[in-house]
Amino acid sequence: MRHLISLDDLDAHDIAGLLSTADHMAEVLGRPQPKVPALRTKTVCSLFFEDSTRTRLSFETAAKRLSAETLTFTASSSSVNKGESLRDTVETLAAMGVDVFVVRHKTAGLPLSMTNWCDARVVNAGDGAHQHPTQGLLDAFTLSRALGRGNDLSGVRVAIVGDIRHSRVARSTLRALHVLGASITLVAPASLLPAAFVGADSVPDGWPVGVSHSLDEVIGEIDVLYLLRMQRERMDNAFISSPGEYSAHFGLTDGRLSRMRKGSVLMHPGPMNHGIEVAVDLDSLADHGVANLITQQVTNGIAVRMSVLFTLFGAGSEAIDGQ
Amino acid sequence: MASDNTTVLITGGTVVNRSGETRADVLLSGGIIQRVEPNLDATLPAESSGGPRRLAAEGCVVSSSFVDLHTHMREPGREESETIATASRAAALGGYGACVAMPNTDPAQDNVAVVEFVRLQGERAGLITVSPAGCITIGRNGTQLAPFHSMVAAGVRLFTDDGSGVQDPLIMRRALEYARQLGITIAQHCEVARLTDGAVMHEGCCSSRLGLPGWPAIAEVLMLQRDIELVRETGASMHFLHLSTARSVEIVRQAKNDGLPVTAEVTPHHLSLTDEKLTSFSTLFKVNPPLRTMQDVEALRAGLADGTIDAIATDHAPHAAHLKDQDLSLAPPGMLGLQTALGVALGYSGCTTKRIVEAMSWAPAKIAGLDATHGSDLVAGAAANLVVFSTEGVWRQTPESIVSKSRNSPYFDSDLVGSVHHVVHRGDVVVVGGALQ
Repeated sequence: MRHLISLDDLDAHDIAGLLSTADHMAEVLGRPQPKVPALRTKTVCSLFFEDSTRTRLSFETAAKRLSAETLTFTASSSSVNKGESLRDTVETLAAMGVDVFVVRHKTAGLPLSMTNWCDARVVNAGDGAHQHPTQGLLDAFTLSRALGRGNDLSGVRVAIVGDIRHSRVARSTLRALHVLGASITLVAPASLLPAAFVGADSVPDGWPVGVSHSLDEVIGEIDVLYLLRMQRERMDNAFISSPGEYSAHFGLTDGRLSRMRKGSVLMHPGPMNHGIEVAVDLDSLADHGVANLITQQVTNGIAVRMSVLFTLFGAGSEAIDGQ
Repeated sequence: MASDNTTVLITGGTVVNRSGETRADVLLSGGIIQRVEPNLDATLPAESSGGPRRLAAEGCVVSSSFVDLHTHMREPGREESETIATASRAAALGGYGACVAMPNTDPAQDNVAVVEFVRLQGERAGLITVSPAGCITIGRNGTQLAPFHSMVAAGVRLFTDDGSGVQDPLIMRRALEYARQLGITIAQHCEVARLTDGAVMHEGCCSSRLGLPGWPAIAEVLMLQRDIELVRETGASMHFLHLSTARSVEIVRQAKNDGLPVTAEVTPHHLSLTDEKLTSFSTLFKVNPPLRTMQDVEALRAGLADGTIDAIATDHAPHAAHLKDQDLSLAPPGMLGLQTALGVALGYSGCTTKRIVEAMSWAPAKIAGLDATHGSDLVAGAAANLVVFSTEGVWRQTPESIVSKSRNSPYFDSDLVGSVHHVVHRGDVVVVGGALQ
């Protein structure tokens, strides 16, 4: 694996391999000294053209646990627009000896373009509504480990709920869970499904999913409720009427929580909008036999990102063990 | 630079005229076609004996040179991407004798001074006829009508705000009222902007997969329908730029059946490329309107073949490398077209050679109001604006072969068919053997 741009580029074997390496990384993180020298000769630069402190810190922590040097470049796209071109920025940083760029950008495809602009490895940390591959991997890791399923999710029923249209998380997580065998239903108002679904009588080619416009219809039939973040700005182009209207029909409310299956789990990529998609007290989940995996997703993000950075350089497992 | 306006004999080619195709030699002098007859080569003195200069056309088509209804020459204002001189070179190599210069320059071609400048720069370059289009509204802002009377007096015949559509129905209605009275043509870029905000590609299966903001077909269709009703009401002539959807072809076909004075064009790229090209995320394939689906491509080919679509027009849109080296949302839309249009038409349109000549020369010359000098049949007395091209041979464009200032061609990986051998403009031999003179 030279770059990690999209989970569509990885098959089940690749994904299972990354998750198994993440098991090793999780073990490292449990040690008294949670650090290995695997990447001590490497420099990892996080290049965030769109703000995301959480993802950036997760990647930088992962890099540090592998003993890599870390550099941080953050800029809002607008300030970059005014001055140096994006390509010049990338070439300049690459010239400083960066081995891996961890890049986030508001536009789909920019991480792929970067692979043509420099010799460094590129890890996509989120590009527009396209992909956020490490999120997909950490979701698959968190879910499969929580269910004690190894790298096999066959038969697990997942509902991904919310703004599928604009969500790179949905595209990545859907791919990772599907490849491991889960069956997935997208739940959203029609306006928030990808455009290919508009006016279609059946699910479009390339989408291995079922579709529902009613969370009430599926809430009692699923093992995993995966809620996406609903942004207030979606009112601007009439994708939703109001956050309240959305919450009432597509949010996790007390009424819907009471109908979830015992042993089912809740996931969310964060940051949550309390009162919109998450309209319950999360402490009450346990009373209904529903496990909250949201914090585990964050924790596992570090092990999964260590696995990705480690795998990019094809280092042997002895590099993890030698301290 | 051309300066040999002497006597020329084009030998051994097949002359394609409206009446049919005939084997004939073509004798030119004084900027006029003198004779079109078989075997002139044998009856006239050899070049070495003081006879006419020979241009070999064996196995080739000889026709009136092409006319592009849709060329972004970028001058004035964007000379880093293209100039009228460099666009003229690309046009001549592509077999063109005239180009309509789109008015989205800076300053815009919304007044006599700028359109005169553009025309004059074309004369200075001296390779093709540059015919400036005028804006419909001042600064293409969509709110204040441009001075139609003044620009018509300066020779402008085609008016457009291309790059964006005229959104306001009141403005478009008024423009058409003027157009009817002045005998000019309004050319519309059909795009309801409210439906395409931030769009970088066709909205559909591919954009859904790639997570890229989509430009839905309906945004073209809605404006096309509105404007056809305005044409029905005003009786003015309207030309529809770069049709891109299957539904658009049906709508224009119906409008023509209704007898409305509408014409339409299609670009080479909409005849040959689909939205799947965007899976590379390459900004070379970002264009407005966007590349659409194979179903759309096939409908456009059929519309071109049956005459619903009158013309192939390039929408030649050069952009300097640093502008295309941005992310897809910031990179400007557009691709080169002048040097590859014939190769695409022959390779992908599915049309006969005669239909291609009609769509690349005869019809656009009339729509552009250039038919006094361009797009004529090759007969004695006609202006000597003609092209000699082969319809065979497969080639690929390379960056080195591009004479535009920019390199944003989408065809580096596509097989193109046929090639331009010679071009004569106003009796001057400007291209010989595929090379500028």
